[in-house]
Amino acid sequence: MALRVLFTFFLSIAAIVSAQAQTVDRPLVIGMGLEPPHLDPTAGAAAAIDEILYANVLEGLTRITEDGSVAPALATDWDISDDGLTVVFHLREGVTFHDGAPFDAEVAKFALDRARAEGAENAQPQLFTAIDTVEATDPTTLTLTLKEPDGDLVYSLGWGDAVMVHPDSAEANKQTPIGTGPFRFERWRRGDRVVLVRNDDYWGEPAKLPRVEFAFITDPAVALASLLAGDVQAYPSFPAPESLPVLEADQRFTVAIGTTEGETIMAINAARPPFDDVRVRRALSNAIDRNALVEGAMYGTATPIGSHFPPHAKAYVDLTDVYPYDPDKARALLEEAGVSDLKTTLTLPPTQYARRSGEIIAAQLRAVGIEAELIPVEWAEWLSRVFRGKDYDLTIVAHTEPNDINIYARPDYYFHVENARLDEIIASLAVEADPDKRTPLLEEAQRLITEDAVNVFLFQLPKNGVWDKRLHGLWTNSPIQANDVTGVYWTE
Amino acid sequence: MRTALALSVLCVFAVGAILAIWWTPYPVDTMAIANRFAGPSLAHPLGTDQYGRDLLSMLMVGARTSLGVAAAAIAIGVAFGAPLGLLAAASDGIAGALVMRVNDIIFAFPALIVAVILTTSFGPGAMNAVFAIGVFNIPVFARLTASSARRILALDFIDAARLSGKGKVRIALEHVAPNIAPIILTQATTQFAIAILAEAGLSYVGLGAQPPSVSWGRMLNEAQTLVALAPQLAVWPGLAIAVAVLTVTTLGEALRRRLDPRFQRVRVA
Repeated sequence: MALRVLFTFFLSIAAIVSAQAQTVDRPLVIGMGLEPPHLDPTAGAAAAIDEILYANVLEGLTRITEDGSVAPALATDWDISDDGLTVVFHLREGVTFHDGAPFDAEVAKFALDRARAEGAENAQPQLFTAIDTVEATDPTTLTLTLKEPDGDLVYSLGWGDAVMVHPDSAEANKQTPIGTGPFRFERWRRGDRVVLVRNDDYWGEPAKLPRVEFAFITDPAVALASLLAGDVQAYPSFPAPESLPVLEADQRFTVAIGTTEGETIMAINAARPPFDDVRVRRALSNAIDRNALVEGAMYGTATPIGSHFPPHAKAYVDLTDVYPYDPDKARALLEEAGVSDLKTTLTLPPTQYARRSGEIIAAQLRAVGIEAELIPVEWAEWLSRVFRGKDYDLTIVAHTEPNDINIYARPDYYFHVENARLDEIIASLAVEADPDKRTPLLEEAQRLITEDAVNVFLFQLPKNGVWDKRLHGLWTNSPIQANDVTGVYWTE
Repeated sequence: MRTALALSVLCVFAVGAILAIWWTPYPVDTMAIANRFAGPSLAHPLGTDQYGRDLLSMLMVGARTSLGVAAAAIAIGVAFGAPLGLLAAASDGIAGALVMRVNDIIFAFPALIVAVILTTSFGPGAMNAVFAIGVFNIPVFARLTASSARRILALDFIDAARLSGKGKVRIALEHVAPNIAPIILTQATTQFAIAILAEAGLSYVGLGAQPPSVSWGRMLNEAQTLVALAPQLAVWPGLAIAVAVLTVTTLGEALRRRLDPRFQRVRVA
């Protein structure tokens, strides 16, 4: 009898516990600072595209997980030949796109060939440079032959820029992305939000959220109000760091400060005099007080950087002392370069970190006699005019791609500083897989771009995540541009 | 007494705003982030903001923007509205009706909508705020001028002037304009208070003055996320807006009593 009472007691306890841990079928609204220009991650550099679609709607052969490692996705496993020149991917069976089209090796070949084609719109062509040919050996086997060994290939194919798209739907993906992921695209209300709904025919473990909306909210006051009102339940990157202590003290929210791969820089257009003179670029570096900037714009939540490399990475070298805050030195360098009464422009995209940093930097530059006019622009305008059109003097932006120091060796990139030795290093890094040999190369690359003062390196962008306490499974760190909600669920 | 108080407060604001063209206690374009959110002290009577800038200096420069934008907008409203109203009153028939109907159409668009349209086409800025508020004010003055002028035009001395050979333009300028000027001045004062609010509202939602220029509305906007941390950042510009609007409205009331013939007639009766 006593045993039975005890048993019933434990049973009811178990019932209560499981009721609490049970997931709830409730939609989620995620707040984002920037609206993407379109929705095809294989045809654009804007992080906002990946931050909606990566892993949620569109999947690659492999994928990057929260800890930055590679995991199987549409390829179940892969074999790399001993000479490193042949990679065979074994593809998952029974996968279909959201429009019902089947996924197989022919589709995978199409997607990779499209991404690496001459003149393709792909923003990360370096991911595919090692690939010589792509063959569909049979419907579930994809064989890649390489020109040279590429230690990063499996990782590279996990980027949003390498996701699988179908020949019939690829061209329309900018407006209506169709992938194989656990969510399907429902609609895009311009200027407001993108709506995804659960894909009930998903090949893997189905998503727990029935519906996810990505709402675009740039204004920090609106962001705070929407969070407190419950209109938006999660900000992977909250735009008002000054509000974090208040939100942390609030029992309703989880505040998770993590890292991103976003080096925030003040990019310099060295194609425009006087910025072609390294002394002027160094003067800019000496004129900016990074510690004051991190305090004033980010309320101490960011880490100053001295080169284009994240402080949490293994090969990081602390170069923040190369150009210490020294207005006198900046003035002297300007004088040496024969520059006086410099009038220039500082173009600011709509992100809060850029707008606030811009105000502070303009004040700091004024102190050394540089008059920088602030030009606020919308995100689409920044992408077309500054990034692609290279029509700017100075601008502030965070480059959030992982391992992106290679952008400094890209021909005709928007910084316009060339260094033959750096090109060599980046070329050897592309084929070098041995970490012991990679580290010194990466260290030298960091030193070279700092030496050239290509840009003013400001701070590593933090990932100030804030969300409803009842939400679980959101990423704390951002090793790749993504808001992966495939494993996110509600409790209570 | 109330009028004298309002007048002296407005004088303080005006002097502060005009002084800020050449001098402020501290420059507002340099920052001292280490000294941010400082409380009131002898050095900084109102404390400092989130970038360590002196709040009193910020308020002075803000007054320059806010009062300047409002004054310029009213000037636009009067400069275009009054002649249009006179034209409508003096020219009988279709031309006058046409002018007033166009005015009605403009009047149907609130200043905020006009500002949003202007901002999306030309980008935000103080000049666009001037223009948006100014455009909104044109029909206000056009209507007032037209109705007041019509009343004057119906009086006997206008007929006398006409018989003495004066043309429509001369009658409008020499006889109508001086008689309706006090009414327009009174209305301008009332509109000035509304314009201060409009400017603050536009800057608050980010359609008015842009960084690095300072305005009361922008100060309020930036203070929003800092309310828990430093409430004084919202209190001072908010108080400045409220006091400015209140004093200007009080003055407008006083002017109306003194100048508006409609009030005088009531007094006689």
